[in-house]
Amino acid sequence: MGEFNTNFILGCSAIGAGLAVIAGIGPGVGQGIAAGHAAAAVGRNPGAKSDVTSTMLLGQAVAETTGLYGLLIAMLLLFVKPLVP
Amino acid sequence: MGQGIMLSASQDIDFMIHGVFSYELFGQTVWITTTHVCVLIVMLVIIGFSIAAGRAAKHASDVPGTFQNIAEMVVEMLDKMIGGVMGKFSPRFRNYIGTIFIFILLSNISGLFGLRPPTADYGVTLALGIITFTLIHFNKFKHQKVKGVIAGLCDPWPIWAPINVIGDVAVPISLSLRLFANVLSGTVMLALVYGLLSKIAIVWPAALHVYFDLFSGAIQTYVFCMLTMTYITDACTTGE
Repeated sequence: MGEFNTNFILGCSAIGAGLAVIAGIGPGVGQGIAAGHAAAAVGRNPGAKSDVTSTMLLGQAVAETTGLYGLLIAMLLLFVKPLVP
Repeated sequence: MGQGIMLSASQDIDFMIHGVFSYELFGQTVWITTTHVCVLIVMLVIIGFSIAAGRAAKHASDVPGTFQNIAEMVVEMLDKMIGGVMGKFSPRFRNYIGTIFIFILLSNISGLFGLRPPTADYGVTLALGIITFTLIHFNKFKHQKVKGVIAGLCDPWPIWAPINVIGDVAVPISLSLRLFANVLSGTVMLALVYGLLSKIAIVWPAALHVYFDLFSGAIQTYVFCMLTMTYITDACTTGE
């Protein structure tokens, strides 16, 4: 019975980890929007390319944080296994 | 049965922190881990570079040699970056920002040299985040005085104070988690590639190294320093 419970929890942890990584959708969309607008800005004003690129990268790196939180939860569930008694 | 999930491949995949040796301190077992070793290696590299740069600066010549050129380039780049963001506050924080910039950068790219990046340990990044947090609030109290801090807490209305406190506490956590999770994801990805695809991982992981270690590491270093500078400048600026 105890072994069944442990395996059940491990399986559910794997499913939860998979669900947690879905958080990556948001940053993907957000970074894509940022990159698209940066491309449009460079198209309008090619002289400001370096400024636009550094601002875009800074914003994208900050926007990436939410996706990384999901990744962190997945890692915790898979490798630290906090739910297994 | 705790090893269930990664059982088939857990021997090959290795990205965890390992203990090197342990000792007893006041009844607690304290482990010296691979993170400590890697931090020490990074520190030795930085100290060696600093001593050499100091000697080069002392014997500086009008026509700079190679090493003097490199040292001057690094200092000028950092000065320009810090001065561009912090303006008139930059002279006081140049030391701290420059130090953490070089430390985080070297830590992040130390994965290229076969070390486990020290920044992939939450202990290191949380320490950096707490230093930044302390600096922010020390400067806030120094420049805005107690009255200004209280006024900032009750920004729209006094009832918002708890939310502002939560927002303040979230700063070091989000700063440190961002750096930690980025570096950790690169480390895990490369460990998976080398562990699971060891038969065919011949030359092409170099591209992954360039992205995860160099590009992502440099971007995260820049972001960490940039956010630290923004927060500190924000704290130093008085309302008027």
